[in-house]
Parts: sequence; structure tokens; C-alpha cells
Amino acid sequence: MDGTENNLRLFPKKDARLYMSFMYVTFVSLLVGGLMGLLQTFVRSGKFTLPFNINYYTILTVHGVILGLVLTTFFIIGFQFALMGKTVGISDKQRNVGWISFWMMLVGTVMAAVTILVGQANVLYTFYAPLAAHPAFYIGLALVIVGSWISAFTNFRQLYVWKKAHKGEKSPLLAFMVIINMLMWVIASLGVAVSVVIQFIPWSLGYTETINVLVSRTLFWYFGHPLVYFWLLPAYMAWYAIIPKIIGGKLFSDSLARLAFILLLLFSIPVGFHHQLTEPGIDPTWKFIQVVLTMMVVVPSLMTAFSIFATFEITGRKKGFSSLFGWFKKLPWGDVRFFAPFVGMVAFIPGGIGGIINASHQMNALVHNTIWVTGHFHLTVATTVLLTYFGIAYWLVPHLTGRRLTKQINKLGIIQTIIWTVGMTIMSTAMHIQGLLGGPRRSAYSQYAGGEQVDTWIGYQLAQAVGGTILFIGILLMIYIFIKLTFFAPRGVEEFPIAAEDEDAQATPKILENWYLWVGITIALIAFAYTIPMIDIIKHSPPGSVPFKWPIGRM
Amino acid sequence: MHLHKYEKVWLTFGMASLIIFLLVIGFAAFWKGTHPQSHLETIDQNNVEAHDSFKPENLGLTEVADGKYKVNIVASAFNYDFGVDKDEKPVKTIRVPQGSTVLFTITSKDVVHGFQVAGTNVNMMVEPGHISRYEAVMKNKGEFTIVCNEYCGIGHHQMFGKVEVY
Repeated sequence: MDGTENNLRLFPKKDARLYMSFMYVTFVSLLVGGLMGLLQTFVRSGKFTLPFNINYYTILTVHGVILGLVLTTFFIIGFQFALMGKTVGISDKQRNVGWISFWMMLVGTVMAAVTILVGQANVLYTFYAPLAAHPAFYIGLALVIVGSWISAFTNFRQLYVWKKAHKGEKSPLLAFMVIINMLMWVIASLGVAVSVVIQFIPWSLGYTETINVLVSRTLFWYFGHPLVYFWLLPAYMAWYAIIPKIIGGKLFSDSLARLAFILLLLFSIPVGFHHQLTEPGIDPTWKFIQVVLTMMVVVPSLMTAFSIFATFEITGRKKGFSSLFGWFKKLPWGDVRFFAPFVGMVAFIPGGIGGIINASHQMNALVHNTIWVTGHFHLTVATTVLLTYFGIAYWLVPHLTGRRLTKQINKLGIIQTIIWTVGMTIMSTAMHIQGLLGGPRRSAYSQYAGGEQVDTWIGYQLAQAVGGTILFIGILLMIYIFIKLTFFAPRGVEEFPIAAEDEDAQATPKILENWYLWVGITIALIAFAYTIPMIDIIKHSPPGSVPFKWPIGRM
Repeated sequence: MHLHKYEKVWLTFGMASLIIFLLVIGFAAFWKGTHPQSHLETIDQNNVEAHDSFKPENLGLTEVADGKYKVNIVASAFNYDFGVDKDEKPVKTIRVPQGSTVLFTITSKDVVHGFQVAGTNVNMMVEPGHISRYEAVMKNKGEFTIVCNEYCGIGHHQMFGKVEVY
């Protein structure tokens, strides 16, 4: 099939409607969650108190749940459905199952969101036991997870059906990447699902009296780190297979991209202890082993960095720029579909360095639970990942609505990206510095015991409010762009830019698509990293904890 | 699978740095003993007073030898219990001379808390049923804020103390 022709063929209306539904939830979440973020920075500046007795930790929980769990998951699943639809197709039955997944996730989201907003779940998005939210919060979360599994299994089925019809062919690269991401998601979210369904729900309903706190935390972080890769891999999909097309080039290497994704699958899950480095009750040798496994992610990250810049250079040179850096100047800087993800890539350099610091066995003690960590993931997820998602939305939304990304909207997108960069540079830098000085994350405004140290922190909190305000302006502009692209942009055909392979590219080794092998190694690594410490934790358990409601303001 | 020559150089360089990095932190952890806080002792969180360290009279600062101190703390929402002073008033500030070695031992009676002496390496999670313990040398003079850095409820930001190194 001619790639370009397929790129320009719009989806049938029925398919586009499913993919767009996920986009609506994404952008509503952006507005709601972003507003909460703005209010948080205001409160922490010490110059503002929330009206109507709204609790700081209520808006903090909304911010984390709506942006960290809802926006990301809905965008990813919608985007991945569109990728699958484009590369391997979707049947009527698969589309219907896709709708079941959408509604299940939406009902779960609304349940959890309402429970938080009425003040019955001030537990933050990590919901650490024994703080006890209303059962509706946990049931809502369980629905979101199970709904996401339904879409994962639909994606597996889509590729399976395609493979049967295309015997002996390698799967399309983007479909392969979607399957890797969903395999990782299913294997990882089993941990949190077990914790929510077996531990939290019966305990919050009163069917069981106590909960094992350390087991619940360990299960959460077994899920919590792959969660961040689940956000990142769709961005990598765009970097590997979409950006090359946008800049007018070809795929760098199909096999290399697949290998990087496989390595990310292998080393994404057996690493959760690096979030628990300062916890009691876990043997430090096992913490160290998981630190080593965590750092393996450096390898696919370096491969990705190389591929991307090699693509930029090769494309530029083909266009005839022969000087050392001439190709760099001639990248399509005025095209927001390239510019926004590019800024995301740049932000990943300090983001990645910060990540290495956080996961370093000892250095973690300096930054653990300080606002440095918040600064870190606002670079990674809220800049690298989010700007790439925006970069995707600029063409995906008009492709789905049968409209075009006009010059004027493109320009607004460039402005949006610049606003975001300025706001985030201010906010994230202030957070990093304040964190190094010991300022805590996840805390309302407080002067603590007073003194010079605390005064220094508050100066940085003012800077965060300035950065947060600029970011919120960026969010409003993005919402405007989304509405334009959805309802008002001129009708036409916006390309779904999938890069093609070079004609003389080398064949991809078959072993890269041996699912039994890669899933087998993934499970073996998880078993290696978790079996012994988990048995230790369970064997040396203290008495379980009863639910604590009053600390989060529940009667 | 074909790898470009430059990519081989790049990956070799990257992986070599990674190995050196892991050797350095491994050396620090296993030969120098600088593991993060990982105390393995458990306790009944409903009866912490049964443990010698957390009897009311043993809370707070005790000098165990010349220049060596221990500080025992019980955390609960939203307070650190450092014991009481001569006038039976709750202690809020721990005062130690510069250069002293201080062993912090802490547990929680209710939910999960954090314990960080901001500006030092003392930073640990505090969990019900577990005892956390970390020893640090107070090298620098000054006032250091103790903050609860793990969310423990709506009064979380009111949970603090102070270490004064003179």
C-alpha cells in the first residue's frame, strides 16, 4: 500500500467518533486539572486562600488524578486506537468493544472525581494506606483500570486479526509499538488492580478490618514506575515514526526502534523500589538491585536520542545542506507539529538527568519527597510528554474532524509552545532549587517553625505562582486551539503523518516479534526482582492497619 | 541488525559511563555502607510504648557518649512527639553541638509520615508497624527545619520541628 495515500485517507465517521471521544475527555481534563494546578501555586505563594472552605488537598488530589491518570490514559488510548485503525484496521465488533472501554473508564473517572470533589477522598493520587477514602473512589479507579484493559485486549485482537490476514509480513511499526505499550500497561497495572480490588475495596467497605501498608505501597510502585513509561512511549512513537515524516524524511531504522521498545518493556517494571528507597522494611540489597535494573533504561534512551538526531541530519543532508550544522537550522521550526515535540525532546535532557539523580541509591535521600521531585516530573510528563501530545493533537484532531490545521492555528500553536516553555522554565527551576534546599512537596502553605530556611523556600514558591500563571494562560490557549480544530477550522484533509521505511532498508529480524520470548523475559525479570523481597515483606509484616478517616477530614 | 558506526561509538560510550556510575554507587553502598534508610525492625503500631525507644521518658534527645546522641520520636497526625522538657512542656527543638553524631529513631502510631531534617541527609519514610532509623553527623551550624514530607492528612503542613546545631 502506498503510505502517503493511506496517510491522507480519512477514517470512516464511526471510527473517528470513537477516537475523538477520548480527545474530548483529554482536553476537558486539561482545563480542570490545570485550573487546580494554578490554584495550588497561588495557595503556596501565601498570598491567597481558597474560597468556600475548599481544602488545599482536595484540589491537589484532583490535579494529580485528573492530569496524571485521566488526561494521560484517555489521550494514550484514543491516540493508540487511531494508530491501530490507521495501520491494521478496526472491525465493527472491535469498535463496539472500544466504546465499552471508553464508557467504563468515563464512569470510573466521574465516580472518582465526584468523590474527591465532595471531600471524601483527600488522599492524593497515590492513595497511601491507611488513609481511607470513600469506597466509591477506589471502585472508580478499578473501573478506569479494567476499562483500559478492555482497550488493551482490543488492540491485541486488532493486530492478531491483521497478522492472520498478512501471513509472514512484519507488523506495522506503530502497531507493534502500541502492543508493547499495552503489554507493559496490563502487566504493570495488575499490581495496582490487585491492591485496589483485594486490599482497598474490602477494607474501605469494612469487610476486612486491617490492611498491610507496606504490601499496598509496594504493589502501587510496582505499577507506579511503568505508569510513567506508559505516558512516555506514545511520545516515543511520535518521535520515531511520525516526526520523520513531518520533517520530510524516512524512518531511521525499523529494527532499532523495535529493539528500543522491547528494552523499555523489559526494564520498565522490575524497578519500583527506586520510589521506596527511604522506606523501612525493605532490604537495601534488593533496593540496589532494582536501582541497577532502573538504570538499564539509559540504553534505549541513548538509542532513541541517536535515532532522532540522525533522522534530523540525514533528512537535512538529503535536502542539500552540507555544512556541519546547516541541516539543523533548516528544520521546520515554523511547523508546530515539529516544534512542540522538539521542545519536549529538549526538556527531556534535564528531565532525564534529574531522573538519574532521583533513582541513585544514595543521592535520593537529598531530594526524596522534596518539591525537586515535583519539578522533575513537570519537566518529564508535563513538558516532554505533554508537548509531544499537543504536537500530535495539532494534526490528529483535524484529521479526525475532517478539518485542517490552518496557518493561523499553527501560529497560535507556536505561541502556545513558547508560553509553555517560559512558564515551565520558571516553575520547574524554582521547584528544583527549593527542593535542593529541603522544601517539601505535597504541602499547603506553611511557615513551619519559621526562620531563615523557611523564608528562602517561600521566595521560590512565589516564583512557582508566576510560572503557574503563565502555564495556565498556555492551557487556555490550548483549549481555544482544540475548540477551533474541532468545530471551526476549514474543512479539508489533514495528513496523518506516518513515516515510511527507506526502499533499501535492511530486513527487520523476526526475533523482534517473538512475543512469547519478550513477555517471558519481562516476567522472569519481575520474578527475579520482586519474589524474594515480597516474601520478606509479607513474612515480617507488622499488625495490619485499620482505616484512618479523620486525618483526611472525613467524619 | 545493522548499527551505524557512530551509533556503536555512542552506545559504547554510554554503556561504559553507566557501568562506571553503577560501580561508584555500588562501592558507596556495599563497601562504605551508605545505604538509604532501610531499617528492618517491626513494632506493634497500636502499642509503641512497649518498645524501649518509644517509652515516654525515652523520647527526645539523650546523650549516649561524648559527642554521640540519640533522638527518639513518635509521629502521629499531625505531630512529632519529642517528649517533654523540665516544665512538662512538649519539646519542639532539638539542640546539639556542631560535629555531633545523632541517631534518629522514629515510628508512627497511625498513618504514613515523612521525617526530613531539611538541609541534611536525614530523610526517611515513617510507616505504621515499622521503625525507621538513620545516623547523621551534624557538620554545619545553624537551624534546620524538620518537616513531614509525606502527605498524612489535611494538617500535614502543620507537622514540623527544628534541629539547632550550635
